Amino acid sequence: MGETQVTWFGFLMEVLSAVFEWFRDPANWSGSTGVPARMFEHIYISFLSVGISAAVALPAALYIGHTKRAEFLVTSIANLGRAIPSFAILAIMLPITIRMRLGLGFWPTVIALFLLGIPPILTNTYVGIQGVDADTIEAARGMGMTGGQVLRKLEIPLAAPLIVAGFRTALVQVIATATLAALVAWGGLGRFIIDGFAVRDEARIAAGAILVAALAIAAELSFGLVQRLFAVRLHR
Amino acid sequence: MISLTDVTKRFPHSSQPAVDRLSLEIEAGKVVCLVGPSGCGKTTTLKMINRLIEPTSGSIVVNGAEILRQDPVKLRRDIGYVIQSVGLMPHRTIEQNIETVPRLVGWDQARIRKRVDELVSIFDLDRDLLPRYPAELSGGQRQRVGVARALAVDPPVMLMDEPFGAVDPIVRERLQDEFLEIQSSLKKTIVFVTHDIDEAIKMSDRIVILNQGGKIEQHAPPEEILRSPANEFVMQFVGAERGLKRLSLVSVSDIGVEEGPVVSPSASADEAKRVIDEFGFGWTSVVDDGQLLGWVDEEMLHDAAGVDEVKARKFAAFVTPDSSLRKALDSVVSSRTQVAVVLGDGQNYLGILTLEHISKEIIH
Repeated sequence: MGETQVTWFGFLMEVLSAVFEWFRDPANWSGSTGVPARMFEHIYISFLSVGISAAVALPAALYIGHTKRAEFLVTSIANLGRAIPSFAILAIMLPITIRMRLGLGFWPTVIALFLLGIPPILTNTYVGIQGVDADTIEAARGMGMTGGQVLRKLEIPLAAPLIVAGFRTALVQVIATATLAALVAWGGLGRFIIDGFAVRDEARIAAGAILVAALAIAAELSFGLVQRLFAVRLHR
Repeated sequence: MISLTDVTKRFPHSSQPAVDRLSLEIEAGKVVCLVGPSGCGKTTTLKMINRLIEPTSGSIVVNGAEILRQDPVKLRRDIGYVIQSVGLMPHRTIEQNIETVPRLVGWDQARIRKRVDELVSIFDLDRDLLPRYPAELSGGQRQRVGVARALAVDPPVMLMDEPFGAVDPIVRERLQDEFLEIQSSLKKTIVFVTHDIDEAIKMSDRIVILNQGGKIEQHAPPEEILRSPANEFVMQFVGAERGLKRLSLVSVSDIGVEEGPVVSPSASADEAKRVIDEFGFGWTSVVDDGQLLGWVDEEMLHDAAGVDEVKARKFAAFVTPDSSLRKALDSVVSSRTQVAVVLGDGQNYLGILTLEHISKEIIH
């Protein structure tokens, strides 16, 4: 027992120092396969995907929340989105995009991430809009606000903290999952993990994992800040 | 000013219409209360006037124009609207809330500022409240802001749905008084929904008592509804203490006064005693050339030869011709002399009111 622990501990220390060395190696920080380039790819594909998710989910959620029509769609889409694994979507999309001559890894990943980003944005925006006090809305309509004015001047500002929270969840999930892009021969931080596996380079695997985690945490924290800013503006 | 003709509202999935062929005329500059039990269609009726609820059929004319042919958004900007929960926008300051409708209709900044100043003085609002948020205000303050906001573009018509229902009785009473005071100079046409008959009696020029389906059971001034309820339903709804409630609507000058026991200061003690015996109250007022000096009783006159030798005692309370009979009754039952003394301007003695006299008014 004690011996195994010592062995595991020794292994861990070995890997840690190897990771440390990996990060210190200037070769890992330069060129198109270096950390900055991979980081940029990762951020690029994540933001692009969440951007497309938002372009679809935000207007839909605003419409459903404002009109209180087709509300069942929100829960069904949210549940469906959670039930289908991103990996499966990647696998399904790959042959399709190849046949459409859209290349190997990029578009299947974007589509998988886009679908992953929809449920949190859709659900949060809908819940935020739909939860605005009915009497406040009635008073606003009674004063002669149009539907659009009620949405712009009342519902969106009041739902803003929840909407921002939806973006935060979507982005963090997408950043973590964008690692899959490397599986279908695209870039991003996942490259370090996949390639590390291929050549049994534990340091590279660990370094890749640390970088993805750091990026996700950074996104979480900065959005948390934005959210607090909104909350302060609303309820000071 | 507002005229409803055969207005019907049938909600989907309900067998009975919420409002069934309601016709009603509302005079300009008056406060009309719609009262009735829940489900009588009073709020539905109110909301049809600004088309928050679309009538199924019928015609509603406001200010000479058929509202069903107008743009509902424009219509609503011309009609003030106040609801029980006020519905101030929580992310906007009080000032921004008040400015809502002026901004919607496109007033310039100078005009808006001037109007806010006017409203602040009309409603006696604390200027310090303007930059605050609704959550920082008390319920009563929010209600006043809600009414001020509804009056921002000075609409001729106001719709109020239990506007004072959400505050405690003391604050409600004060808000009602303030509102009546403001209304007496603004002379808006007001449709006021309440389930509280006492509020209706206090606030309105006319009361419309509604039964299920918007059926008008009686449409009359409050005093008439209390004096002669049209039917059993109205009698039930108005409730007990009908007579007492009516007393607050009738003023002393409406029923006239009795002269009561009166002597002049120059009268002899014997004459005063004779007056006291004649009326049987045990005392008499002393009036000098129309001015009330006070009262004297037999004991005080015991050693005196004339009334001017004793110092007349002051009445503890008195009422004026404008006072309500309710106040007069209170004065009667709480005074030692068992009468209410009625004075005009400057201690001018007009007469007395007795319990017997007031109760005649209740029975009648």
